[in-house]
Amino acid sequence: MEQQLLKRIDLIFNDENDWQEILDQTLAHDNTYIINALVSSELKGRGGAGFPTGLKWKLTSEAPGIEKYMICNADEGEPGTFKDREILSRVSFKVLVAMAVCARVIGAKEGIIYLRGEYKYLVPQLNKTIAEFGAYCGRTGLDFNVRIFLGSGAYICGEETALFESLEGHRGEPRNKPPFPTDYGFRGMPTVVNNVETLVHAYTIFKYGAARFKELGVASSRGTKLFSVSGDTPIAGIYELELGMSLSQFVEEFGDGDTKAVQVGGASGFLVPRKKFDETTIGFQGRLTGVSLPTGGSMMLFNSSRSMYNVLNNYLDFFREESCGQCTPCRVGCQILHKGIEEVKRGERNAKYLQTLLLLTETMQLTAKCGLGQSVANSFSSIVENFWEEMIY
Amino acid sequence: MENKVQLTINGQIVEVQPGKSILEAAEKLRIHIPTLCYHKDLCVKGNCRVCVVESKHNKRLVAACATPAEQGMAIVTNSLKVRNARRHIIQLLLAEHNADCTKCYKNGQCELQRIAADLKILNQDFSELNQWKKYTVDYYSPSIIKNDSKCIRCQRCVRTCAELQGVNALTVAHKGEKMKISTFLAKPMSEVVCTNCGQCVNHCPTGALVERNYIEEVWAALADPTKHVIVQTAPAVRVGLGEEFGLEPGTRVTGKMVTALRQLGFDTVLDTDFTADLTILEEGTELLGRLKSSVAGDNADVKLPVISSCSPGWIKYIEHLFPNRLSHLSSCKSPQQMFGALAKTYYAASRKIDPKSIVSVSIMPCTAKKYEAGRPEMCSSGYRDVDYVLTTRELAIMIKQAGLDFGVLSESAYDKLMGQSTGAAAIFGATGGVMEAALRTVYEVVTGREVPFEALNITPVRGMEGIREAAIEVKNPLPEWQFLDGVTLRCAVAHGLVNARKLMELPAERFNQYHFIEIMACPGGCLGGGGQPIPTSPEIRNRRMEAIYAEDMGMPLRKSHDNPEVQLLYANYLGSPNSKKAHELLHTHYTLRERF
Amino acid sequence: MDPVKSLVTDLVSRLGTHRENLLPVLQGVVEQQQYLSEYAMIKVAEAMNLSAAEVYGTATFYSFLENKKMGQYIIRVCKTITCSMKGKQQILSAIEEMLKIQIGETTPDGVFTLLQTNCLGWCHKGPAMLVNDEVYSDLTPEKVRDILQSYLKTAKS
Ligand SMILES: Cc1cc2nc3c(=O)[nH]c(=O)nc-3n(C[C@H](O)[C@H](O)[C@H](O)COP(=O)(O)O)c2cc1C
Ligand code: SF4
Ligand code: SF4
Ligand code: SF4
Ligand code: SF4
Ligand code: FES
Repeated sequence: MEQQLLKRIDLIFNDENDWQEILDQTLAHDNTYIINALVSSELKGRGGAGFPTGLKWKLTSEAPGIEKYMICNADEGEPGTFKDREILSRVSFKVLVAMAVCARVIGAKEGIIYLRGEYKYLVPQLNKTIAEFGAYCGRTGLDFNVRIFLGSGAYICGEETALFESLEGHRGEPRNKPPFPTDYGFRGMPTVVNNVETLVHAYTIFKYGAARFKELGVASSRGTKLFSVSGDTPIAGIYELELGMSLSQFVEEFGDGDTKAVQVGGASGFLVPRKKFDETTIGFQGRLTGVSLPTGGSMMLFNSSRSMYNVLNNYLDFFREESCGQCTPCRVGCQILHKGIEEVKRGERNAKYLQTLLLLTETMQLTAKCGLGQSVANSFSSIVENFWEEMIY
Repeated sequence: MENKVQLTINGQIVEVQPGKSILEAAEKLRIHIPTLCYHKDLCVKGNCRVCVVESKHNKRLVAACATPAEQGMAIVTNSLKVRNARRHIIQLLLAEHNADCTKCYKNGQCELQRIAADLKILNQDFSELNQWKKYTVDYYSPSIIKNDSKCIRCQRCVRTCAELQGVNALTVAHKGEKMKISTFLAKPMSEVVCTNCGQCVNHCPTGALVERNYIEEVWAALADPTKHVIVQTAPAVRVGLGEEFGLEPGTRVTGKMVTALRQLGFDTVLDTDFTADLTILEEGTELLGRLKSSVAGDNADVKLPVISSCSPGWIKYIEHLFPNRLSHLSSCKSPQQMFGALAKTYYAASRKIDPKSIVSVSIMPCTAKKYEAGRPEMCSSGYRDVDYVLTTRELAIMIKQAGLDFGVLSESAYDKLMGQSTGAAAIFGATGGVMEAALRTVYEVVTGREVPFEALNITPVRGMEGIREAAIEVKNPLPEWQFLDGVTLRCAVAHGLVNARKLMELPAERFNQYHFIEIMACPGGCLGGGGQPIPTSPEIRNRRMEAIYAEDMGMPLRKSHDNPEVQLLYANYLGSPNSKKAHELLHTHYTLRERF
Repeated sequence: MDPVKSLVTDLVSRLGTHRENLLPVLQGVVEQQQYLSEYAMIKVAEAMNLSAAEVYGTATFYSFLENKKMGQYIIRVCKTITCSMKGKQQILSAIEEMLKIQIGETTPDGVFTLLQTNCLGWCHKGPAMLVNDEVYSDLTPEKVRDILQSYLKTAKS
């Protein structure tokens, strides 16, 4: 895959306070124009699944429904991810503009920001912004209202269909797909769910045009991405980088000189060991990550003082708690995996059991009802296969 | 009609309506895909993942129950990939499970065990989780035992309690590894809004929810020479019991059942149908009395509609949730309890048996009847009116334990005195049956003529529609009932508590239009009761219903007031319907309960 | 009217009886009471025409809707990997030592409850914790002691 040099960019947080202008100017175009711009920009969702945003809006706009909804997914629960919080505290107007444009395009009058309960302290400021934004919409005759819906501590509610269940007052148990949200989402109506960051990129495209956006990044991974950098790094924080750099460049920039492995994409993502830094490209079609860059740009660096066993143990503890628990492979599988690595570590089971567990993660990937259970295999197999020794001794 | 979609399953072509699932398509080809969370009565949840199959172009496996069949799909249900995944899933369920099958009530009738047996799961790849060891068994309810250590979290019970019953006594609680099926704050089933209807038991694939059984107690009574053990059998049992012995759903086994009961050692085999007829006379008289008071304007306080009270699940439900409608309930006991009260009084006196030595057993399609028999007020005879309630399933277990070959048993008839019945009683087992039976009698009492329906079959109140209505105009009544001339009697029938709720939540002006409402807690009425053979499905219940109406058509007498033994009972013992004595023995009162 | 009942009545009349408002209503109760008592859940169920079991089942899905009695201030220390790496354990020990309680416990005076939680979104400034809705990051044992001290001062006696 195509690679390029690491480049820091400043599009997301640069705020020229021109959102009203951008909103008016975008809404002056017809819906087809807006969809085409998004499609040609090749913008892909930043929430994890990497679905083409233009297509999502298009499908929803075409789906039959008495009502439609625009939902901004701010449930940001993936370990190691904190960029959506930063966006909402610094440039929430951009998010609102993109929500309003999307709503016009798909025919929605209501927008909802599903904000994780852990970020409740953002609410007062955000509500102020929403009020100001609403007032402007009112003046310009745009029939669109945004409200915040607070989560209450459940990672799985970031999964879009679990999010609908939660919004409807139920347990956040993911639904069967199909039907997909574009046809059958919130209240059973066609719904667009977009990640906070995706919406900001849409704003960038409205402002600078699709062509400009497409200049950034590499084929199939266009634009920039916000990276939440944490772990063993002297400069932890949030960075906007162009997509397409190699992981070794990234580590050179952010590592502490002793980086042993990087977890790309949070606990549901992959652990890349040092020997694979060169060949790993950070983008949607990275060789290692297969189809997509999982979840939201979390980059956790680990240096040689860290035990990969502890890292995996921590993830599995997370999953066994945060699985919604409805489906067998995930609910039981997570427990078996967690218990299993502890048994191997304590010597109660021999190392061959890890092989059995790897087969189990394959089944989880093949059969789990939603992305959570399906992606436990990512970190499990990438850690166990690359740090086999550490699992045992 | 929309275009059908065509797909292949294991290379065979099949066409189905759009929207049908892969599972339904496979069923059409008679290809079996194992399932656990799927149930024909319930919405599709797709959470057990046992039904996964391979779909070409999809890198993951898909759940056959939850995935719509699409044009051009190529499905494989038995590839190596599918088999391996399925094995893993069953192994996972077992790792979480208290799998001591030999000590389990469901041994031999458990869907999990069955799939494990089919797949020949001979080893366990994974560590046992044993978290079930922390669970305690809830055996506080007289009807149902809830054992979380046997639960596979398919949520069938929760969906049943919500979708069929609208009770929501059971819920899914917690998430992740802690997720489990729970009542409010994990209280015992006996302390919450649960109606004991047993539908969750009927829909549970494992031994996690089972009836509280009284088999050993009954065997002990049968073995005790000092006891006179009498048994009554409810109308719906005879159209279900056969299924336990491999007979087709809808096979009528009345005569064989009576023989079997005698061979088990019951001293007298009598029929709840007898008191079903009796119920019609008592309830019909009550209805007419209330009609008189309200339509003729004698007493403005008298409440219409009258609501039937034969279904103890329904009674507990209304006590919890609609206290404002309690005064509408008929004061009649259910046929089981009328029978119990008479068994230790009328029957004992007629047969000169000391009521103390009588053990009164009933065979019911119902788990709520177990609870009902234990209600404190149910001892009008001076003793516990009904001592033990067995479900259809428990009777089948006893028959098997006794080594009887049910299929070849000869047929025999009920004993006398409280064993005779009419077709009107037979149809008590189906939703609408009480209404139909009541109308057959009430109309005739009022007009002196039979109900104006072909062959007495009041078809508008029959069927499986959740709520049904009928209206009958009274024309040319007898002089005594002149005030009813031209009055249209409006009736409504509901089955499944979720439908009962709809009627109860009607605004007063609509609700008060009705004169008589029949409610049965279970889908299809007692024939779909919580104590009936498992599995259940709309189709099975339809077959049982057909059997019930066939039973009715085959009876020489089809109107309750024609029952000679009932007439004898009034002549020799009770006097007339709603007499003081009848009130003492056959009527009851209700209790206000908390809403949760 | 007792305070819980009037709180529920007030929330439900403001937010609505539709099922979609269940979470906001429960959040409103927790905001005032720190947890959902049996009585509060029954009242919510009544007001919203739900069964108490449904309220309970929904509430227990969400970690922040506790149904055991909690202290006035609920401390939730992040236990996810980066905070763990940056010294979560020292923070926990400092709190345990200062308040003389273990994880999951409430101080006898009912002021603090100590819990752990999953990722708070402050991984770059770990260890982090929430005290009720306020977030604190870059924690050290000294810093955490100061923070709790200041809460102690404002605690209702
Ligand atoms: C377990 C799980 C958790 C998720 N959490 C989030 C989240 O916190 N934020 C988010 O935007 N998307 C999350 N997603 C992805 C969403 O389901 C959905 O794909 C995304 O919000 C779509 O937005 P996008 O197209 O803009 O990326 C999660 C998915 C899964 C399977
Ligand atoms: S994979 Fe896990 S989180 Fe997703 S539905 Fe299954 S149990 Fe729930
Ligand atoms: S529930 Fe089924 S699998 Fe479990 S112990 Fe009972 S019979 Fe065996
Ligand atoms: S017995 Fe009936 S009411 Fe009780 S939990 Fe089961 S289904 Fe619900
Ligand atoms: S109790 Fe039975 S029906 Fe309910 S979830 Fe458990 S196994 Fe399924
Ligand atoms: S039967 Fe299909 S997922 Fe359970």
